[in-house]
Amino acid sequence: MLHWRVMSPLDPRALRRDFPILERTVNGHPLVYLDSAASSQKPRQVVEAMAAYYYGHHANVHRGAHTLSVEATDAYEAARERVAGFLHAPDARSVVFTRNTTEALNLIVSSWGGANLVEGDEVVLSVAEHHANLVPWHFLKRERGIVLRYVGLTDDQRVDLDALAAAIGERTRVVATFHMSNVLGAVNQVRRIADLAHAAGAVLVVDGAQGAPHLPVDVQALACDFYALSGHKMLGPTGVGALWARADLLEGMPPFLGGGEMIRRVTLDDSTYAGIPARFEAGTPPVAEAVGLAAAVAYLEAVGMEAVADHDAALVRYALERLDGLSGVTVYGPRGPDRGGIVTFNIDGVHAHDVATALDAEGIAIRSGHHCAQPLGGVLGASASARASFYLYTTDDEVDRFVDAVIRTRDFFAAYA
Amino acid sequence: MSFLESLYKDVILEHYKRPHNRGALDEATYVQEGINPSCGDELTLYLRVEDGVLRGVAFEGEGCAISQASASLMTDAVKDRSIEQALDLSRAFRAMIRGKPPAPELGELSALQGIARLHARVKCATLAWTTLDAALGASEAEAGGGS
Repeated sequence: MLHWRVMSPLDPRALRRDFPILERTVNGHPLVYLDSAASSQKPRQVVEAMAAYYYGHHANVHRGAHTLSVEATDAYEAARERVAGFLHAPDARSVVFTRNTTEALNLIVSSWGGANLVEGDEVVLSVAEHHANLVPWHFLKRERGIVLRYVGLTDDQRVDLDALAAAIGERTRVVATFHMSNVLGAVNQVRRIADLAHAAGAVLVVDGAQGAPHLPVDVQALACDFYALSGHKMLGPTGVGALWARADLLEGMPPFLGGGEMIRRVTLDDSTYAGIPARFEAGTPPVAEAVGLAAAVAYLEAVGMEAVADHDAALVRYALERLDGLSGVTVYGPRGPDRGGIVTFNIDGVHAHDVATALDAEGIAIRSGHHCAQPLGGVLGASASARASFYLYTTDDEVDRFVDAVIRTRDFFAAYA
Repeated sequence: MSFLESLYKDVILEHYKRPHNRGALDEATYVQEGINPSCGDELTLYLRVEDGVLRGVAFEGEGCAISQASASLMTDAVKDRSIEQALDLSRAFRAMIRGKPPAPELGELSALQGIARLHARVKCATLAWTTLDAALGASEAEAGGGS
């Protein structure tokens, strides 16, 4: 691959053969999919695993004595083991399947927060959080009178750890922040944040929506207390996510939703609850989706998460090299290491939606808007921005097509300035 | 003509770069906020209605070329029209955005016809008009009318 412009440990051109959607065209151009931070595409292996499950093994789980129910239960529990292994969790009982990161974070706030936080207790968050790690806390602020303390960014747009240390006080019970920012691409030093939180007797909640797909995750090395992820951003299907929590915390938490599967015994007047993780999985779970997520995890493990992270980093370095030299283009987020494959930017005088429409006309899919982080838009002074995000199937050619299209878009709109 | 040129016609880009009737309106009789929650675009519409006629129309807001040009074009189009006429124009505009051929009374507004092919941008084009409808609905209710 002498013509490569980035040094990457993996071969995206070979991996792309597993992703049929990447062969399609959009508006007459080969698709350049740069919206994986919103949702990744799926390899055949994932879709086929789900089809094989439905065609050969499906029944409800944990409910019947018949063979299919046992097979479905085995597949579902094997998926839990697989996710636990991916996160280097000490034990699979502490992995709860949810719909997505959002539901996992809501579960933490509602169940752990509801049982443990009282008026005046403090939660420390960064100003760059996704709405999923803001709005549930707002609920508890309104209901309980908890206090939310926000930590700003450094000049190079990373979470300011000195400010974070200063924000943690006697009443701090929780620190909640992202592993990787979905807008800035900044990777948080989770271990350091965990140490700061624990020194104050607080727990650390990590929004892993971008971290799990793009970075090696070891919840024991990170020393976090909760880690939330979405399957669909990491090659898996929509409709399944996971919450990993320290088993001793999970054991003490009340149920999130009530219904089948999460009970021990039910009478007309009352009910007692199952142990973990079943206590948090009311109703028929997304079994096929969990099977798909397990196949996605197997795919990522075969490629290697270090390689995925290095590939993203190589692409973002190359993209920044080209974009930073352009007049009229502002790229947000830190430079240097600990920077994921996310390029959020604005073109002077052109709204992000118009940029996205112009790029879509060339078959290039990017995100535009507030990226579900409206408060961060205020901090950056840009209520809307455009975002290109990379993954293991993104090539350097695609980065070039993207940057060339940004230049053309800038020039097209500049003609009317 | 490229796809971009056919979508972002000169008149749209002119109104985007140099919007008409932009700013707050003194003596507004109605102030209506419009928001597009999925993208965060916000618009404030100011109306001065005298004897059922829109004598003053202005807007403030932030958004894409489509939403800003649409708002600017709308203020020109509905100024000095009756409430009834403004609502008719709103219906005609929406029909065009849904893919119907533009009605003649739309005039310059037909520059936005291309949006009908871009489902992702329909809300950008209609934000100013849904805000207008909300404001006029309020004004009609207040006048004890309604249609």
